[in-house]
Amino acid sequence: MSGRLRRAAMFVVAMLLVVAGWEAYKAVGPATGGDVLGFGILPRTNDQVMPHVWSMITGLFDPAQRTGGQTVARVVLEGAWYSFRIALVGFVGGVLFGMAIAVVLSRFKLAERAVLPYLVISQTVPLIALAPLVAGWGGKLQIGDWVWPKWMSAAVLGAFLAFFPVAVGTLRGLKSANAASLELMDSLAASWWRTLVVLRFPSAVPYIVPALKLGGAGAVVGVVVAEISTGLKGGIGRLIIEYSRQATSDPTKVFTSIFGAALLGLAMAGIVALVDVALMRHRPKEATS
Amino acid sequence: MTSTAATPDAVEITGLSKIFNAGRTNAVEALVDVDLTIAPGEFVSLIGPSGCGKSTLLRLIANLLEPTSGTVLVNGKPAATARKEQDYGMAFQQSGLFEWRSVVRNIELPLELKGWDKARRRARALEMLDLVKLGDFASHMPWQLSGGMQQRVAIARALAAHPPLLLMDEPFGALDEMTREHMQAELLQICARTSTTVVFVTHSIPEAVYLSNRVIVMSPRPGRITEIIDVDLGTDRDEDTREASEFYGKITAVREALRGIELAAGPRGIEDR
Repeated sequence: MSGRLRRAAMFVVAMLLVVAGWEAYKAVGPATGGDVLGFGILPRTNDQVMPHVWSMITGLFDPAQRTGGQTVARVVLEGAWYSFRIALVGFVGGVLFGMAIAVVLSRFKLAERAVLPYLVISQTVPLIALAPLVAGWGGKLQIGDWVWPKWMSAAVLGAFLAFFPVAVGTLRGLKSANAASLELMDSLAASWWRTLVVLRFPSAVPYIVPALKLGGAGAVVGVVVAEISTGLKGGIGRLIIEYSRQATSDPTKVFTSIFGAALLGLAMAGIVALVDVALMRHRPKEATS
Repeated sequence: MTSTAATPDAVEITGLSKIFNAGRTNAVEALVDVDLTIAPGEFVSLIGPSGCGKSTLLRLIANLLEPTSGTVLVNGKPAATARKEQDYGMAFQQSGLFEWRSVVRNIELPLELKGWDKARRRARALEMLDLVKLGDFASHMPWQLSGGMQQRVAIARALAAHPPLLLMDEPFGALDEMTREHMQAELLQICARTSTTVVFVTHSIPEAVYLSNRVIVMSPRPGRITEIIDVDLGTDRDEDTREASEFYGKITAVREALRGIELAAGPRGIEDR
């Protein structure tokens, strides 16, 4: 319990350090930016580029429209919640797909050698280029009464980034079952499927858990980028674009939308952490990551 | 060791050979022309230097390997059939317990694969735990147990389905000497009570002599049986047996058989304990 309390305290301390660092640089840094060895890498510290942390926070409670109405905080939270649901769908889809791929690849050695390079290459395709394509294909899809919803394209792109670490992690995990246990299952005349369910999959769990962390982050990035590049309304990606356009009139707004994106990432990390605890509950302590 | 019509031999091996990588330049003759018959209730140890094929022989009996030639009958059935019907249980040097399953659920594993229902499985597993004197540890996780206790769980698991034959590959190899002797005595009691036939692979001469009715001495390149030494230390062996002159006599006999091999093949990893 005290360990958990300490971790919470460390989180707050880390946040405060980031705020302090920001404000410290703003106080001493050059207002018009600066060069290091001829490169203009020092950011400008004026309020336009680096607003005070407290003005970002008060900015949260300004009305979102010039005409009044809802506060910025409300709009950002709603956007984050909208994107979160899409990211969750993408994450679950990506995890299931990644695990299925891993099972198939672990079953057929030839498939592993044939398919794995393509999986690696798939991750080098720029998401920005892929997003409009997926949206285009999805838009034409119609099965019976069911029409491809626009948000589904973003979910697919989230899944696209989430599946890869899960597939690679699960594949390694499925192969990690120890030789004596495999021989035991063999001596019990267990089928391939029973061996998978009873031995290989549980052996893979310590490899799957860290892969889920990467996959969760991937799903969030995929969805936010897809929202930006397909122009999907309602999510945090769209807000980031909108608010950065308004940066000249209100520089704090874009930072509030970044808070929203961070919140979204934290929520996803929280879900993965819960899955972690549930899966690793009975494992020896040193095996938990 | 002749079989009668009523009870088939526990193991009957005829003309068994195993060549790894047959037909290639790196072919290894792991076993050549082995004949061996083991009667029901017998305790037989396989001993010999590394590479003599004792583990290979055990895995051929278990049908975890296919022979290059020859036949293996377990309980009068082909080895493959015996494996499918779980006619034997197996224990290895590494206990191979599933760390995510409690002790009792580890023991239930073979029964689960046999399709037993939960209540029956649990009842049998608890019975097996009492047999290996771990009745109080049913809900513990394997990593909470010592090495010796883990090995006992592995034996309970191997015997859970009451197989007539138990195959063991250096099951006590990773244990300290005191625990090891204790486990040997317990194994004998368990096997006597369940009238299980045992084939036991070991590196240790005293272990082989203490446990066995017969010690099969094997030699490498190519792997084969060079000598079979009958041991009769009686059914009620205890700690005094380890100090009896008869015990030492048999140890000497096995050691000399092995030394004959060593003189021919050069020194190899035989543990002299």
